[in-house]
Amino acid sequence: MQPLTRVEGRAIPLGLKNVDTDIIIPAKWLKTISREGLGAGAFEVLRAEPGNVFDDPAYKGAPILIAGDNYGCGSSREHAAWAMLDLGIRVVIAPSFSDIHSGNAVKNGILPVVLPQDAVDRLLEVAREGQTITVDLESQTVTTPYQDRFTFEIDPFRKHCLLNGLDEVGLTMARGEAIGSFEASRTAAQPWLMRGTEAA
Amino acid sequence: MASRPRTLYEKIWDAHVVETRDDGTALIYIDRHLVHEVTSPQAFEALKVAGRPVRRPELTLAVPDHNLPTTPRLDAAGKPVPIVDVESAAQLAALEVNAPAFGIRYIPATAKEQGIVHVVGPEQGFSLPGTTIVCGDSHTACHGGLGALAFGIGTSEVEHVLATQTLLLQQSRPMEVRVDGDIGPGISAKDLILHIIGRIGAAGGSGYVIEYRGAVFQRMTVEERLTVCNMSIEAGARAGLIAPDDITFAYLKGRPMAPKGAEWDAAVAYWRTLHTDEGAVFAKSVTINAADVEPSVTWGTSPEDVVAIGGRVPSPEDFADEAKRVAAQKSLDYMGLTPGMAMTDVSIENVFIGSCTNSRIEDLRAAAAILKGRRKADNVRWAIVVPGSGLVKAMAEEEGLDRIFTEAGFEWREPGCSACLGMNPDKVPPGERCASTSNRNFVGRQGPGARTHLVSPAMAAAAAVTGRLADVRALV
Repeated sequence: MQPLTRVEGRAIPLGLKNVDTDIIIPAKWLKTISREGLGAGAFEVLRAEPGNVFDDPAYKGAPILIAGDNYGCGSSREHAAWAMLDLGIRVVIAPSFSDIHSGNAVKNGILPVVLPQDAVDRLLEVAREGQTITVDLESQTVTTPYQDRFTFEIDPFRKHCLLNGLDEVGLTMARGEAIGSFEASRTAAQPWLMRGTEAA
Repeated sequence: MASRPRTLYEKIWDAHVVETRDDGTALIYIDRHLVHEVTSPQAFEALKVAGRPVRRPELTLAVPDHNLPTTPRLDAAGKPVPIVDVESAAQLAALEVNAPAFGIRYIPATAKEQGIVHVVGPEQGFSLPGTTIVCGDSHTACHGGLGALAFGIGTSEVEHVLATQTLLLQQSRPMEVRVDGDIGPGISAKDLILHIIGRIGAAGGSGYVIEYRGAVFQRMTVEERLTVCNMSIEAGARAGLIAPDDITFAYLKGRPMAPKGAEWDAAVAYWRTLHTDEGAVFAKSVTINAADVEPSVTWGTSPEDVVAIGGRVPSPEDFADEAKRVAAQKSLDYMGLTPGMAMTDVSIENVFIGSCTNSRIEDLRAAAAILKGRRKADNVRWAIVVPGSGLVKAMAEEEGLDRIFTEAGFEWREPGCSACLGMNPDKVPPGERCASTSNRNFVGRQGPGARTHLVSPAMAAAAAVTGRLADVRALV
């Protein structure tokens, strides 16, 4: 995955609450066996509305999306993150995110930024003026040309992975020995737990 | 470790910590992994590219469900019917190849054990109390009905579990939803969970794992508990669970993949320790008055948009916060409803009985009990019943339920996710309404422009008979 340190650019002022992953990418787009090309179906329903923010030339190629509460709720489909990435979105700012979607976003190099509603409202205003917003992961700040400065929290492990573009699977495979000894003690104490499909 | 009183969630979590990292994340062991065709191809592909094997193939079970058409799978000569949609066929074929190539047990579309992953897991005894269960599907929360810590994951995490049998996780906070007392007659587990989501909101459980506690849940059958836990994700909680008890053990005993003999006894002894200790602290508690629960329906496009069947379509002005007012107006426009309209005046053109929420035998029995000797109303153009698995289907046919459904004007289908999500041929046409026993009323969920009203199986049957949303208690 692409490392993410600092993202500077225009922001799409969506603002909508409870944007579910069916909105981000409808099910008919999930039949693919690839991660590529899903931007074509991203936010399809919203983009069918005339004057929608996604197709407004002012926000074309904007790397930041600003949304309302509970962004990415619903289905666990990682296709939602792939679709956003394909649109060029690297940061989403919202008052809250669904647990599953924010995890999927981070694993694809997209930074979910949680800010209080009033900060989000202010950033929506700035974005609607077509001004640039800067998100800096190292210092955990969001800034605007008007000297607004908001700081956000992020789990240190997620930050580390995003800054360095790390492959989590590789990191965990390096802990194979610890996993092996956990498995050995379970097999001894509760063998039925380790049988799985072989119990049948 | 056991000195401090712990919640059920904390007990299961503690039993699965392989190691804790300095930054507070924990490497958690995953006992059971369910795989379906939609969220796995990219994970298998990544393993192939990196030359990584599956660490514990026997702890993963693969079954196709999302993409499968629910029309007959074998032709008159007993040969598999080809899948017309080229992309769906390719995705299904990928699973059929990937699973055995990585040593994973695969249940083919034509096997009687095939079904929706969340129906198959408990039915086969693959899902067990106290285990960690994951699947690339948010409704994995379902298995919490057996007292498992079960949650949905993305495709990168599917790859992570296949390669390492673990996940790197931050612990959630424990939340309690308590319902004591009695729920009225004719009111189901689905009505209750819809009512709960309406109360706590679509983000009310975000960051939490919900434990459902109180007499109402203790009296429930396992299938009812699965329905409740299934929809935890619609309240934003990644998982929901109910402590296992004798009802759970009786359900699991003798299932193909459940422990046997002395191991069964050892397992039950362990499972009996899986309950929240006296004095354990929940980060959030919500108490629901059982007497307030009515047959529930949704009016909008979020599962929190719940109203009792005797209620009316709300007005955006009814909501305190501005974002919700905007969302409510958008929902009403999409749903084609006007504020103040009685829910029982909403007419219905489609009825769907199925999905991982409500496609088990008890669900089909509840719907059939209402439909027996009755027929769907003329304005209901399309009514289908999609059993959750081949085994549910066979059991229903043995009980004669299929005939009750077909005589009532329903189509009797093959198992799969069907019209719960608009990805296989079962879709609700644009602008039409569906009384649906599924779990999501999102915009376009059942097909582009489709309008979904979430209801229980008995309420779906009542809607079919009357041609509009109706209080099932008038038909009992």
